[in-house]
Amino acid sequence: MANAYASMTPGANTVFDVEKIRADFPILGIKVGDKPLVYLDNAASCQMPRQVIDQLVHYQTTQHANINRAVHYLSEVATMEYEKARRRIQQFVNAREDREIIFTSGTTESINLVMQGYGRKFIKAGDEIILTTLEHHSNIVPWQMLAEEKGAIIRVVPINDAGELDIAAYEKLFNERTKFVGLIHVSNALGTINPIKSMIAFAHQHGVPVLIDGAQAAPHRVVDVQDLDCDFYAFSAHKLCGPTGIGMLYGKSSWLEAMQPFKGGGDMIASVTFEKTTYAAIPHKFEAGTPPIAAAIGFGAAIDYLESIGIDDIAAYEHELLSYATERMAEIKGLRIIGTAAHKTAVLSFTLDGIHPHDIGTILNEDGVAVRTGHHCAQPVMERFKVPATSRASFAFYNTRSEVDALIAGIRNVQKVFL
Amino acid sequence: MMMNSKSLYQEVILDHNRKPRNYGVLDNPSHHAVGHNPLCGDRLDIALKIENDQISHIAFHGESCAICKASASMMTAAVKGKTRPDAETLIQEFRDMATGKLDPEQPNHLGRLTVFSGIRDLPTRVKCAILPWHTLHAALNALTSVSTESDDDPVQATSVSD
Repeated sequence: MANAYASMTPGANTVFDVEKIRADFPILGIKVGDKPLVYLDNAASCQMPRQVIDQLVHYQTTQHANINRAVHYLSEVATMEYEKARRRIQQFVNAREDREIIFTSGTTESINLVMQGYGRKFIKAGDEIILTTLEHHSNIVPWQMLAEEKGAIIRVVPINDAGELDIAAYEKLFNERTKFVGLIHVSNALGTINPIKSMIAFAHQHGVPVLIDGAQAAPHRVVDVQDLDCDFYAFSAHKLCGPTGIGMLYGKSSWLEAMQPFKGGGDMIASVTFEKTTYAAIPHKFEAGTPPIAAAIGFGAAIDYLESIGIDDIAAYEHELLSYATERMAEIKGLRIIGTAAHKTAVLSFTLDGIHPHDIGTILNEDGVAVRTGHHCAQPVMERFKVPATSRASFAFYNTRSEVDALIAGIRNVQKVFL
Repeated sequence: MMMNSKSLYQEVILDHNRKPRNYGVLDNPSHHAVGHNPLCGDRLDIALKIENDQISHIAFHGESCAICKASASMMTAAVKGKTRPDAETLIQEFRDMATGKLDPEQPNHLGRLTVFSGIRDLPTRVKCAILPWHTLHAALNALTSVSTESDDDPVQATSVSD
């Protein structure tokens, strides 16, 4: 099977036709100056295929009205499409029920929803929240805000030199005060895939619920929330070929029902008087106000698109790209890969001796190569590896080996400038 | 529109990055400030001595990209021996050039510092070039710490981070 993925010459009898896939993405055809775009910043945001763009246009040109309100035709169509997208996401993550899927503005809002709805209700002074060194700031800062408000304590799981979680240390952190675990599925800065299933099972042995930040996982591997048995799972649409401004939170219905709403307003109520308001049932309890309806529908279309290719095929192809890129990077003197976990997604964070990441990013851009430079909203990770920042190339299923070659040539150019 | 980074990374800038002038620590400075750019983690320490109304000594050190380091190096060379008002004029002109408000073709006092004029086409890198000047301004005005994200920031004014 691996060999099949390795032979990707156009026209060859290939399993994964990357050129055909690339034709779905209009933006991949643009030029940066006179150089073809080599887009390797997919962990920050993924590009959108024609199929999703068309769906957005179709909705906006033939189906749009506000949802859950009027009895007229368009409102009914829009509501139906919006709920269809919810069911699409439910199937995608294999949730038991569609009401366990809440639309949010993205992973960050999903985590904040759990902090506000679960944390503010159930976490008390002296309680402990376990997070890991690999967390994105979006799964650190909300819990710090809560800890400050409640007098709770944050405990942090360390990582080893490869960027893998220290599972023994994780298990030692549990005690009778442990009340919550926030855990990143795949590290955005390093690509490390964490063994979340066994970590969730361990937390549950102690009666502790677990939130998974799946922003970097959902685009690259099959997510089955029932199999994982996580209590909450969050990700954003724009990292899996969907629009920005929309994301999802999966929560076990028992938790969602027990939680307090995050935002008050229209659409989230059963009845309102000035004396008392009763809230709507889940998921609507958490969806106050008019949501980004088109974006939600685009989210569903993005999942359709990814599944038409196949998440397992995507994962296998990206793994092959990662192996090739890792191999090519090893040829470069003075290049250090940060994050060498045994299980990784196609993310390569690296430093070059004597050259600041921002200079690398600016000069690579001259060759049309888009990488992210900086701390990747993961300053604790940078601190652990004693670097202020890294350059990060993150691959998607539409990237090619020749784009890896362009990156490598670009890095050599950077070194030439600073020779 | 097209970023022209190769013209920015020209020999004079690369040379100052490789061999920064006035790099190090100054004993008994009369003025001192630390500047940082929280967005990229860059940090710059600038110390100077004013004697007889002139900047007699100046030194800098810190962690930064090549643009920032070269800008700091060339800045220290440019302001050494200058009076405070002359230094403030250079600070103002450099900031204006970097943010595109000053056309380097127009009369100015920047001299060789105009090699940084291309930075205005790289909005994400403007702060790198400005940080040393921002920090010098703070030192001259007895502020001990500045941030590119502070109120005083010519590029972006948000809350003071220190």
